[in-house]
Amino acid sequence: MNHHTPEQLADEAKKIIVEYLDKIDDMKPKERTKIPPQEMPAQDPIVRSSNLDEVALGYTIEQARIEAMRCLQCVKKTCVEDCPVRIDIPRFINHIAHAEFESAAAVIKEASLLPAICGRVCPQETQCQSNCAVGKALKDVDKSVAIGRLERFIADWERATGKIATPEVKPETGKKVAIVGSGPAGLVVAADCRREGHHVTIFEAFHKLGGVLRYGIPEFRLPNDIIDKEIDVLKAMGVEFKTNFVVGRTRKLTDLIEKDGYNAIFVGTGAGLPMFMGIEGESLVGVFSANEYLTRANLMRAFDKGHADTPIYNSVNVAVLGGGNVAMDAARMAKRLGAKNVYVVYRRTEVEMPARKEEVAHAKEEGIEFYFLQNAKRIIGDENGRVKAMECLRYELGEPDQSGRRRPVVIPNSEFILNVDTVIVAIGNGSNPLISQTTPQMNVNKWGNIIVDETQKTSIDRIYAGGDIVLGAATVILAMGEGRRAAAAINKMLAEEIEKEPNSSN
Amino acid sequence: MAKILVKKQLSKDVFLMRLYAPLIAEERAAGQFIILQIDDDYGERIPLTIADASIDEGSITIIFQVVGKSTLQLSQMNTGDDIPTVVGPLGKPTHIEKFGTVVCVGGGIGVAPLHPIAQALKHAGNNVITIIGARNKDLIILEDEMKTIADEFILCTDDGSYGRKALVTEPLKEICERTPKPNMVIAIGPPIMMKFCSETTRPYGVFTQVSLNTIMVDGTGMCGGCRVNVGKEVKFVCVDGPEFDGHLVDFDNMMARLNSYKKIEQEAHSCFLEQEIKQREGLL
Repeated sequence: MNHHTPEQLADEAKKIIVEYLDKIDDMKPKERTKIPPQEMPAQDPIVRSSNLDEVALGYTIEQARIEAMRCLQCVKKTCVEDCPVRIDIPRFINHIAHAEFESAAAVIKEASLLPAICGRVCPQETQCQSNCAVGKALKDVDKSVAIGRLERFIADWERATGKIATPEVKPETGKKVAIVGSGPAGLVVAADCRREGHHVTIFEAFHKLGGVLRYGIPEFRLPNDIIDKEIDVLKAMGVEFKTNFVVGRTRKLTDLIEKDGYNAIFVGTGAGLPMFMGIEGESLVGVFSANEYLTRANLMRAFDKGHADTPIYNSVNVAVLGGGNVAMDAARMAKRLGAKNVYVVYRRTEVEMPARKEEVAHAKEEGIEFYFLQNAKRIIGDENGRVKAMECLRYELGEPDQSGRRRPVVIPNSEFILNVDTVIVAIGNGSNPLISQTTPQMNVNKWGNIIVDETQKTSIDRIYAGGDIVLGAATVILAMGEGRRAAAAINKMLAEEIEKEPNSSN
Repeated sequence: MAKILVKKQLSKDVFLMRLYAPLIAEERAAGQFIILQIDDDYGERIPLTIADASIDEGSITIIFQVVGKSTLQLSQMNTGDDIPTVVGPLGKPTHIEKFGTVVCVGGGIGVAPLHPIAQALKHAGNNVITIIGARNKDLIILEDEMKTIADEFILCTDDGSYGRKALVTEPLKEICERTPKPNMVIAIGPPIMMKFCSETTRPYGVFTQVSLNTIMVDGTGMCGGCRVNVGKEVKFVCVDGPEFDGHLVDFDNMMARLNSYKKIEQEAHSCFLEQEIKQREGLL
C-alpha cells in the first residue's frame, strides 16, 4: 500500500469537497457511492516504527465531511443494529456532513461516553461497518462508510475545542454502587449508574486507571492522554476512584456490601491468566505472555528505557504467536523497542485472523513479517536456558470447525527452524482467578468465567459482572455492551428499592 | 499511598519499615505479600512479604534487602515519607494447622517472611524447630524474635562468624534423621537454599514447603511473568502461591528466569550509583 502523507490527503479533500457542498442533501445513492472513500492519515511507517506516538492521525474536517456524505441514511439502520451500544449512527453522521459537530457529539453521547476510545479500537469491520449499504453496493466491506473514523473525529474535535460536555447527573439517591476494575466495562457502568444519581466508586488494582485500555493497548493505538480525558469526564460527574485496591484481597467482595454499605456491585475484573501453548520450552528465559510484555511496555513505561525502572527484554528476532489484536500490538511494540525482525506466526491464513484489518495493514507497513499456516512445535534454549530458536510446523486448511473457520491441519514432516531470541505468546487469556478464589459462593464455569443471567446478574444477590471476566477474551466494545446491560439492571433494582422506601419523598 | 511510620536498619543492607496501611493490616495473614512502587510513573513493582502487622496501629511491617536501584532508593526514604503505591495483601495465606513438629528454616532475608508463619504455627500448637542461617553474622536478622517462638533454635553462618559454622541443610539433615521424623519443613530464603533444603528432605519423605519470590509485574493473576513449573504443571506464584511443594518445584528453571534481566538491572544500578557519587562529590 502506498503511503499518502497527511498533507496530500488533506489537500485532496479540500479540493474535492467543493463539488459536493451545494448538494449535500440532494445526492442520489448512486452519486454518494461514487464519492471517494477517505483514507485515514497516518504517520510515516518508517518514522513511526521507532516511536510510540499514535499511528492513525484522524480525519481533517473536510475529510470527515466528505466521508459523512457517503452515508445513504438508510431507513433500515443495519449499522445501529450491529453496534453493541446502539449509537444512532446515521443521525450523527448526517450532522457531520452538515458540519454540525456539537450536535453529532450529542447524538453519540446518548449511547456512549467513550467515543474517542471506541472510534480507535472497535473492530468496526465486523460490527457497524459489516453490513453497511455502501460497502455492499461497492462489494467491498473496506469501502463501507468509515463509521469508526467519524466517531473518532467527533471525539477528537470535542477534545480539541474544549467542548467536552459533562453529562447531567440526577439528584443524589443515597445509593452506593461499587465497581471492581476500571476497564471499559466498569467505566460504562460507572457512567450509567452515576447519571441516575447513585454514588459510584471504582476500585482498581493498579496504580493507574483504564484497565486493559492502559496496560494492554499501546499508546501508538490509544494514547494515554485520551484515556485520561475520558476518565476526567467521569470524575467531573462525581465518580470516585480508588487505585491500588484489589477487591477480593484488600477487601472481600461481599464485605463491600456487608461492611461498607454498597447497595450493588459490578465485577469487571477483565482478562486473567494468559494462556500458553503447552509446548516444550515455554518456560525458557525470553518467552513472555503478551500480557506481560505489553504491561511492561505500556503501564510500566519500559518503552522509555532512559527513565523507567521496569526492564524489558532486549530482543533482536522476535516470534509472536497468535493472530488477534493483542498479537498485533505485541509485534508492533517489539519493533518499536528495537527488534530487527518480528514474525507473527499464525496457524491459519490472513482471512481467519481475528485482528482488526487496519492493525494488520499497519503492522505490515511497519515491516512485521507474517508467517501464515505455521505454528510453533517447540522452543529451543541455549546452555543458559535462554531462547535461541523455535521449531515450527506447516499447516494447511481442512474442514470447517465449530467456529465455522476452516481447521488448520498439520503437514507431516514439515518442521523447520526459525531463529529467534524472544517468543511472545498471544493466544488468549483464561479468567482472572482472584474473585472466584476469594468468593467461593460465586458461580463460575469450568474456565473460571463468572456465570451471569441475561441482566448480567451473578449467583450472588446485588452482584453483577461483565466484560472479559464473563466473556473470556473479547473486545472493548463487547465489554461496554455488557456494562450497559448491567448498569440498566442495577439502576432498575435501585430505583425499585427507592420506590419502596417508606420515607421516600415521592 | 502508605506513610512510613518507622524505619530501622537491621544490618548493612537490610532495612525494616512499618507502613501505614490499615486495610492491608486488617486482611493480611501469614504468608502473604504486598507490591510497592516508589514512583507511580516510572517505578518498578517490588513484591515484598509482609513480615508483621498491627491492626491497632493500622500498620504492616516489611523487611527488605538492598539488591538494586529500586530497593536502594526505597532504603533512602525516611519516616514520614509516603510510598505512592502499596497494594495487597496478595497471594494465598499459609495453611496453618497443628501438624506436629515443624522445622522452620530461614536463610538470610528469608527469615522475615518466615517469622509470621513460625509464629502462627506455634500458636496452632505445633512443636516448632527453627534453623536460621546467613553468610555471616552481619546478615542474621530477627534472631531474638525467632528464638522466642522456637521450641528448639539453631543458628548457623556459612563462615562460622556466629553460631554453628554450617549451611542450614546440615542441621536440617540431622533433624530429618531423628525418630520420629519431623512432620513438615518450611524453608524460605534464596532460591538455591530452598532448592538444597528440598533436596535434603527428599530422601526422608518429609513434606517441604517453600515460598517463592519470582519476577512479578501485576501480582493479581494477569501477566503470567511469575510462572513456575511445579511437577508437571505451570503455576502462577501470585495467585496459586507463593507457597509450593519444594519437592516439585523446578528451581533451576526458576533461577534462570529470575536472572532474565540481570544485565539490564546491573547496568541501571551502577548507573544510579555513579550518579549518586557524582552528586555527593558535587556537594562536597
